[in-house]
Amino acid sequence: MARMKFLCDAERCIECNGCVTACKQEHEVPWGVNRRRVVTINDGVVGAEKSISVACMHCSDAPCMAVCPVDCFYRTDDGVVLHDKDLCIGCGYCFYACPFGAPQFPQAGAFGLRGKMDKCTFCAGGPEADKSEAEFKKYGRNRLAEGKLPACAEMCSTKALLGGDGDVIADIYRERVLKRGKGSEVWGWGTAYGQGKGGAAPAPAAKS
Amino acid sequence: MMRRSLIVAVIASLGAVGCMEVEQASTGQKQGKYQGKPDGKPWDNAPLAIGAANAKWTKGDKGTWETQIKARNDGQNEYKRIGQ
Repeated sequence: MARMKFLCDAERCIECNGCVTACKQEHEVPWGVNRRRVVTINDGVVGAEKSISVACMHCSDAPCMAVCPVDCFYRTDDGVVLHDKDLCIGCGYCFYACPFGAPQFPQAGAFGLRGKMDKCTFCAGGPEADKSEAEFKKYGRNRLAEGKLPACAEMCSTKALLGGDGDVIADIYRERVLKRGKGSEVWGWGTAYGQGKGGAAPAPAAKS
Repeated sequence: MMRRSLIVAVIASLGAVGCMEVEQASTGQKQGKYQGKPDGKPWDNAPLAIGAANAKWTKGDKGTWETQIKARNDGQNEYKRIGQ
């Protein structure tokens, strides 16, 4: 199996925020923290408006891992980037390093006190016993351990957001682009996974 | 005189200790390596009882877990779903 990846199809995203809601509900994410959000550009401009769903992209060469002063990040065998909240000191370096603005910091108290970092886990929980209460409280539900994929992607009504095995979702996207004949540019793919230039995906090739 | 110079030498050597570089990393820590708790593997979990009948994997078997994930992945492909 290849690595787990997210892919958002800007041609299909309708800014319904269903993925954001699904994530919030699935993991009981606290007020003020958004593991996933929908970004819209050219809002209201006819024909030019595009929306994309953004969260941690679980980068192949994750900058957050590189800058963390306490080395609390790790990558699972499936390529999911996770972190240990028991080690995190909430310094915010990962937020500055992340090109997607994924790390979130709960305002845990008065005077802007910043809590430990929280981010998308690809619904893979964290370094606590799988499906335990401790894991749910700190990291949310572990859907991968239940044989499921991230809630945001699985419930996306237009299937704009794809999540799962990188090879499989790339094939799904390729087939889609060939059928509709446009929209081969995948936002964020190159930045996160190191292919293409400036977020552009490789040109779709016909499959035998 | 001899005793005095010996005391001076001892004090000087003790003072020089303060100039030594002290190891600041905790013992056993390897910088750049994950320092937290080990995490379990998703395939080491049994399928949920509620969906066990439809589950395609058995506890501890990575291959069958991947088959399960592949099936979920294909569920995101509406071209395949239409054909079913």
